[in-house]
Amino acid sequence: MTKKIKNLNLNFGPQHPAAHGVLRLILELDGEIVEKADPHIGLLHRGTEKLIENKTYMQAVPYFDRLDYVAPMNQEHAFALAVEKILKIDVPIRAQYIRVVFCEIGRILSHILNVTTQAMDVGALTPTLWGFEEREKLMGFYERVSGSRLHANYFRAGGVHQDLPQGLEEDIAEFCESFPKIINDLESLLTDNRIFKQRNVDIGVVTKQDALDYSFSGVMIRGSGVPWDLRKSQPYDCYENLDFKVPIGKNGDCYDRYLCRIEEMKESVSIIKQCLSKMEKGPVKSLDGKISPPSKKDIKQSMEALIHHFKLFTEGYRVPKDEIYTAVEAPKGEFGVYLISDGSSKPYKCKIRAPGFSHLQSMDYLIKGHMLADVPAVLGSLDIVFGEVDR
Amino acid sequence: MKNLEDLEKKINSELTTKINKTEIKHNQIYLETDKEDLTDICLFLKTNNDTKFRQLIDITVVDYPERTQRFDIIYLFLSHEYNQRLVLKYSISENEVIPSLTSIFPSSNWMEREVFDMYGVSFKNHPDLRRILTDYGFEGHPLRKDFPLTGHTEVRYSEDEKKVISEPVKLEQNFRNFDYESPWEGTKYIKNEIDSNDKKN
Repeated sequence: MTKKIKNLNLNFGPQHPAAHGVLRLILELDGEIVEKADPHIGLLHRGTEKLIENKTYMQAVPYFDRLDYVAPMNQEHAFALAVEKILKIDVPIRAQYIRVVFCEIGRILSHILNVTTQAMDVGALTPTLWGFEEREKLMGFYERVSGSRLHANYFRAGGVHQDLPQGLEEDIAEFCESFPKIINDLESLLTDNRIFKQRNVDIGVVTKQDALDYSFSGVMIRGSGVPWDLRKSQPYDCYENLDFKVPIGKNGDCYDRYLCRIEEMKESVSIIKQCLSKMEKGPVKSLDGKISPPSKKDIKQSMEALIHHFKLFTEGYRVPKDEIYTAVEAPKGEFGVYLISDGSSKPYKCKIRAPGFSHLQSMDYLIKGHMLADVPAVLGSLDIVFGEVDR
Repeated sequence: MKNLEDLEKKINSELTTKINKTEIKHNQIYLETDKEDLTDICLFLKTNNDTKFRQLIDITVVDYPERTQRFDIIYLFLSHEYNQRLVLKYSISENEVIPSLTSIFPSSNWMEREVFDMYGVSFKNHPDLRRILTDYGFEGHPLRKDFPLTGHTEVRYSEDEKKVISEPVKLEQNFRNFDYESPWEGTKYIKNEIDSNDKKN
């Protein structure tokens, strides 16, 4: 007697703790082997690009916090750089250092979240608890500088919104001293852990060629051995003056990507230290009154400042007609903004290039032939955040 | 090619008939071409040893409803070897079908789906052209300039029907698009009035 066997279709998500958000993954299973994966995205689509077209340049910044919400300021950075390049304004050196400090804090925030939750997906709970304690401190820094733990709205074209409050530099420096120990603790839990290695080594292997073909960037391409980091190859702000290494992987599997992220956190700590030591007193935003708002004191005393303030917060500043693509090395990869201005105070078009979008696209290619239990491991190591994938 | 000027020369000499315009600004090279030559140019850019634009970063569209050739299709390429970025652009009218790049760059699959979803531009030879970001059963193309910011429909859970239903948008207050441009610098409607008066005289 012969039995007919049919492949099983399985709905993974949209509400699943290991889907890292609202991903609906339709899996075709042959026994426990995944034959095909079809990710359905867009469940968190908020129309960011459409909204930005209807807001002034300054009002557009908060939307960038809501893309990759675990590293908000890195996104703001891309937009600020795009506007600055079109306006051809210089950013004061202190503002550049402040921006880099907070971008690296964002990188640590994102990598802690990714490394520890990926570990949780494959069965380790403790790293999450330890890691989140540190994230709490970092979000404390965000709050002290911008008033908000997550949705900072802190970067501006031409600098940052305000200077660091008193005592923050010292506290960040203190964190830089204590944090490497936490990384070591995390490593002692995971790096040589037998179960963690069994779940990650040789899983989700990406070859160099495929990393290029699938438009990978960030850790996804570095894990496969391509030494490509926009902070080094196309430096923006003050990254040129800083000394840091770019860790790359060898095998392109989930384990190598985990190792890259751990090393990157160590590099970030060193970058923050360098910035804090090089930072000098000075202005934190462009001195051009047509672009950055005047101080409260000036508004009280100067008519011109009052007019500038009024114009900036009603009409906003105008940006000459141009088009530009700028990208930054966000924690998840190349985050880019393709900005088209038409001479008015609102962007004509603002296309957001999110790294997670291309990474998630390759899910089918990465997971084909793996076991069902590997789906969360691979998904975790792609570092997906739905805020940016769905926009 | 080591620098952008050489690259511009190289592209112009190799693809003379296919390139309409080249320009270097913001440390990137901008090319304009026609729909028919797209695949040839992409193949050349990807495989030639002096260009090596082996990564497609993004595909996007810009909508200019007042033009007859309504959409600008934009491709962004990156060359890791030479550390260069390239922007390729061509215009099409509303109902034209354009070639898909999926056979050259596998990553263009979702990017083209997004373009189709957001702007309603169709691709020839695309393996799986479905909507991607909008809801199941969504109608319209949200990023077109004539699509209202608030959309056409909203969804809610209906207690009577015991399911999620979609109905036309009802807003207590519409989106208000104020014109803040200063009158002494000439807002659009004043400029138009002045222009039309000038013509009459």
